[in-house]
Amino acid sequence: MDIVIRNLTKKYGAQRAVDDISFTVKTGEILGFLGPNGAGKTTTMKAITSYLIPDEGDVLVGNYSVNKDSQEVKKSIGYLPEHNPLYLDMAVIDYLRFVAELQGVSKDKINGRILEMIDVCGLEAEKHKKINELSKGYRQRVGLAQALIHDPEVLILDEPTTGLDPNQIVEIRELIRKIGREKTVILSSHILAEVEATCDRIIIINRGKIVADGTSEELRKHSQGKEILRVTVEGVERDAFIREAQQVSTVEQVDPLDDEGSYEIQSRPDLSSRKSIFALCCEKNWVLTELTPIQTKLEDIFHELTMDR
Amino acid sequence: MRIIPGPQKIDRFMKQIWIIARRELKSFFDSLMAYIMIIAFLGFSGFFTWLYVADIFFQGQASLQVFFSIAYWTLFFFIPALTMGLLAEENRSGTIELLLTKPVEDWQVVLGKFLATFLLIAIAIGLTLPYYITVANIGPVDHGAVISGYVGLLLMSGSYIAIGLFASSFSNNQIVGFLAALFIGIMFHWIFGMISMNFGGFFADLFHFLSTSSHFDSMSRGVIDFTDLLYFLSIMVIGLVATESILSKKHQ
Repeated sequence: MDIVIRNLTKKYGAQRAVDDISFTVKTGEILGFLGPNGAGKTTTMKAITSYLIPDEGDVLVGNYSVNKDSQEVKKSIGYLPEHNPLYLDMAVIDYLRFVAELQGVSKDKINGRILEMIDVCGLEAEKHKKINELSKGYRQRVGLAQALIHDPEVLILDEPTTGLDPNQIVEIRELIRKIGREKTVILSSHILAEVEATCDRIIIINRGKIVADGTSEELRKHSQGKEILRVTVEGVERDAFIREAQQVSTVEQVDPLDDEGSYEIQSRPDLSSRKSIFALCCEKNWVLTELTPIQTKLEDIFHELTMDR
Repeated sequence: MRIIPGPQKIDRFMKQIWIIARRELKSFFDSLMAYIMIIAFLGFSGFFTWLYVADIFFQGQASLQVFFSIAYWTLFFFIPALTMGLLAEENRSGTIELLLTKPVEDWQVVLGKFLATFLLIAIAIGLTLPYYITVANIGPVDHGAVISGYVGLLLMSGSYIAIGLFASSFSNNQIVGFLAALFIGIMFHWIFGMISMNFGGFFADLFHFLSTSSHFDSMSRGVIDFTDLLYFLSIMVIGLVATESILSKKHQ
C-alpha cells in the first residue's frame, strides 16, 4: 500500500511545522525520516495517521485520503507514537486484546494474532505482567506488538529505539527489517546510524521542508562532489611530499594527519587523484603504504543540510 | 456531513463504544476505585438512612425519601472522583493519541467513557435495592415514587458524569478535573437554588429551573415531569458535546 503525501502543510499558530511537503513511499520500502528535533518529523507522521488534520494538502494511504476517509486510513496503519504511550495498569495480553478489538480483528482470529505478536515480539514471559512492571525495552516491544496486531499494511514508527540499550536496538532493528519486507514502513529518528542500518531510503527534513531524499549512497554522492583520500607514504619528508603532491593537477589541498607520513588529500570537484598520486609515488620511489578513499559520513551530510545558516 | 448511518454502521459504532467502555469499567475495578466507591456509597447512604437520628424510622411512613436525599449528596461528591481521570489521565500519559489513531471516532471515546461510569454508578445504585425491599416489608410503599426516585438518581448521575467528563477533558491533571467538576457541579447542585431564593420574578424562575434539586426533589416524591427529563438530558447532551469539541481540538 503506497503512501502519497501531497503539499502537506501544518501550522502551529504562525509557525509552519510542516511546510508544503510532498513525497511518495512505495510498498516494501522502509523510509527513514531524519531531522533535528522540531524539524517536523512527528507532525508529518501524525498527519499520516490522521491524528492531525492537515491545514493544506492531503495524505493518501492506499486509496483513502486522511481528509475524507480518516477511519479507513486508520484501519490500515499500525502506529507507534513518540514516547510510546501505553495503559500502564493493563496486563500485556489484555492490552493487546483491547487494541485488536478496536482494530476490528475478527473474533475467531484475535487469540491467534495475540499469540503471534507475543511470539514475534518476544513477550512470552511477560504476557501476564502489567505493563508498568516492564522495563523500557519490553514496553517498546509491547508498543510494536500493538502496532502490528491487526497486520497493517503500513507501519509508522516514531523514534522506535529511543531509550533502548544497544542489544535491544539491534533486536528492534532486525524486527523492523523483517516486518518491512512486505509492508510500507516509515520510521523517524535523529540517530543517523540507525536510519542507515534499517532504511532503504532516507528523507532529511529541516524546518518543515525536505532538504534531501534518496538512498544513503545517493545522499553521499550529492552532498559533496569532492573525493577525499587518506594516503600514507614512507621515505619522504613531510614538506617535500606536500609540495610535490600539490603540483598534481587534480589535487586541491593536502593536509598532514600525523608525523608518521599520513595525509588527507582533497581533489578538485568531480576529479579523482588516485592514479596521479600512485604515479607520483612510483616516479619518486616513495613507498605508498596506504591509499584509501574516505566516505563522507552521513553525519556530515546531515550537519551540512540542517545547519542554520 | 454525516448522513443517518445504516443498521450495520450503528452496530459497528456501538461496538467500538462498548470496547472502550468495557476497558474503562475493568480499569475501575482493577484499580479498586469501583469497590471503594461502591462500599463508601453503600456505607454513607446506609448509615444516614438507617442509623442516624433523622433516619427512616422517624418518617412515620414507609418511604425512601431519606435515602434519596442522602444519595443526592453522596453521588455529587463521588462522581467527580470517578470522572476526574477519564480524559485527564489519557492526556497526561499520551494514550489519547494511541486511542484516536485507532479506527475510533472522538464521539465513541466520549460515549464509551460516559457509559462505563454510568454503568458503575448504576451498579452502586442497584445495590441499594435491598433498602427498597426492606422498607416495602415495613409498611405500604408508594412504588411509583420509589421508581421515579431511582430514575431521578440515574438521570442526575448521568448529568454529573457528563459534567465531570468535560471537566476532565481540558487538562492533563486529575486534580483539576476533580475540582472543576465539583465547581461546575455545585452551581447546579446548590448555588442556583440559593440564588433563586434571593431573587424575584424572572430570575427566580430561571435559577429555579437551572437548579438540580428542584427537578430531583419532585422526582423523588414520585412526580416525573417532562421538563425534568428535558433538564437532565440537556445537561448530559451539552456536557458530552462540550467534551467532544475539546477532544476534537487535538486534531488541530
